[in-house]
Amino acid sequence: MTGERGVIIAGAAETDAVGKLPGKSTLQLHIEAAVNAVADAGLMMRDIDGIATVSAPGPVQVAHALGITPTYLDGTGVGGASFLLHVRHAAAAIRAGYARTVLITHGESGRSRVGASPFPRGGSSIPAQFEAPYGTAGPTTAFTIPVLRYMKEYGLTHEQLAYVAVAQRKWAARNPRAMFRDLITVDDVLASRVVAWPFHLLECCLVTDGGGALVVTSADRAADFPKPAVRVLGTGEASEAPMISQLADFTESQAFRHAGQAAFAEAGITTADVRHLMIYDAFAHVPIYGLEALGFTAKGEAGPFIAAGHTEPGGVLPLNTNGGGLSYTHTGMYGMFAIQEGVRQVRGEAAAQVPGADISVILGNGGMFATAGVLVLGRHAR
Amino acid sequence: MSGKPVPEPTPDTQPFWDGCARGELMLQRCRACGKPYFYPRPICPACGSTDVEWFTASGHATLYSYVINHRPARGFEADGPYAIAVVELAEGPRMMTNIVGIPNTPEDLVLDMELQVTFEPRGDMSLPVFAPAGKKGNP
Repeated sequence: MTGERGVIIAGAAETDAVGKLPGKSTLQLHIEAAVNAVADAGLMMRDIDGIATVSAPGPVQVAHALGITPTYLDGTGVGGASFLLHVRHAAAAIRAGYARTVLITHGESGRSRVGASPFPRGGSSIPAQFEAPYGTAGPTTAFTIPVLRYMKEYGLTHEQLAYVAVAQRKWAARNPRAMFRDLITVDDVLASRVVAWPFHLLECCLVTDGGGALVVTSADRAADFPKPAVRVLGTGEASEAPMISQLADFTESQAFRHAGQAAFAEAGITTADVRHLMIYDAFAHVPIYGLEALGFTAKGEAGPFIAAGHTEPGGVLPLNTNGGGLSYTHTGMYGMFAIQEGVRQVRGEAAAQVPGADISVILGNGGMFATAGVLVLGRHAR
Repeated sequence: MSGKPVPEPTPDTQPFWDGCARGELMLQRCRACGKPYFYPRPICPACGSTDVEWFTASGHATLYSYVINHRPARGFEADGPYAIAVVELAEGPRMMTNIVGIPNTPEDLVLDMELQVTFEPRGDMSLPVFAPAGKKGNP
């Protein structure tokens, strides 16, 4: 989207620290991220007229705590992809004139659970009737189920799956803020504790505390901010199924594909234009599904592609350059952190900076392949 | 009563759970386009018709995918590592389930193996689970 109808990310920041933060509540994390992002944009809180965050604590709580009187609220809560959808919705709201400057916040005491909502249990929802009785216990026991079918259909090996974690640790080693930075081998991964076979501990994301926030506004103000404007060139959102058992095909994510197609079409790019990529990695198989859904490799080839080193430092397609949910941080709704790294790369200020990362694509997952958001960010208007 | 979760029926799912209590796996199908579907709901996901009916499924299925969970959910602590599986019913729809009558190991649980529904007491309910088809221990 070019010209006057373009939208930019003018401010972006994470909480002062991410990781184990038992001294900070969920709301504190939102506020800290918001303050940092608004300062990053060189603005004051009174300049914000739109607010977006997931349903708990929700936009009313966050706006009120920050002293914002919004003309636009978005409480879209569809899992870890929500923040990518918030950017998309903010772009539409700004174009429609509903708001001029939208603040998107994430704060989650995912590890310490300070000031966090309790996990729901029991009840008569559809998942409570048709999944919980079989002993599911969160994403490790459900998000993981499709991969065995993928392995049988496409020949993905346990070693290739493990290598996803190995490749991302190489990026994390270059990021001082990453929780795990020591290099690992395939043998290390396969020797780590089995969590939900075929998944080992090192193939599962971290559980951490932290937050991040974004300031989105119109591109006609691109020169008004202290940091280089990051243009929102294309966006997409999609959903598939509310339960893992109901995915149409366990070897692919339709939501990933649909959101990616929409974002690439709006931006007018192909995979060949992409210099930097973030794919939500709650588990080691998700980047494999993401690479294929976005068209970076053919079906069945993403595992070998990663194992050949193409996504690690020095590779042709730098992927999850902050270390990802597997090594950097994962509060539960990781999408905000994937966006933050995309912004840093396009600005040229990332810890593990990719040279010439003028177009970054971010794929966010929500739930367990339930929803997807894709953003195409760029340094220049197209 | 075990500490495992007991499903709580809703009006739209009651016929499914009533069927389980009788030892029958009930599915819905669309009277307009003929397509069967699961989970229970009063509209056909294929064509949008609300002219839908219940029928008794064969109970035949194949093993579509699974994990073997080593960090048990509440109530499953005594079971040891257990498979959380998705089976493909002969009629087409898929559902999550547990696999019984066979060790839950990667060696024993082979994708596409043939399964048959059976019912396990759960609280005052009956829960559909799947066992290898034919005699216990595989034909």
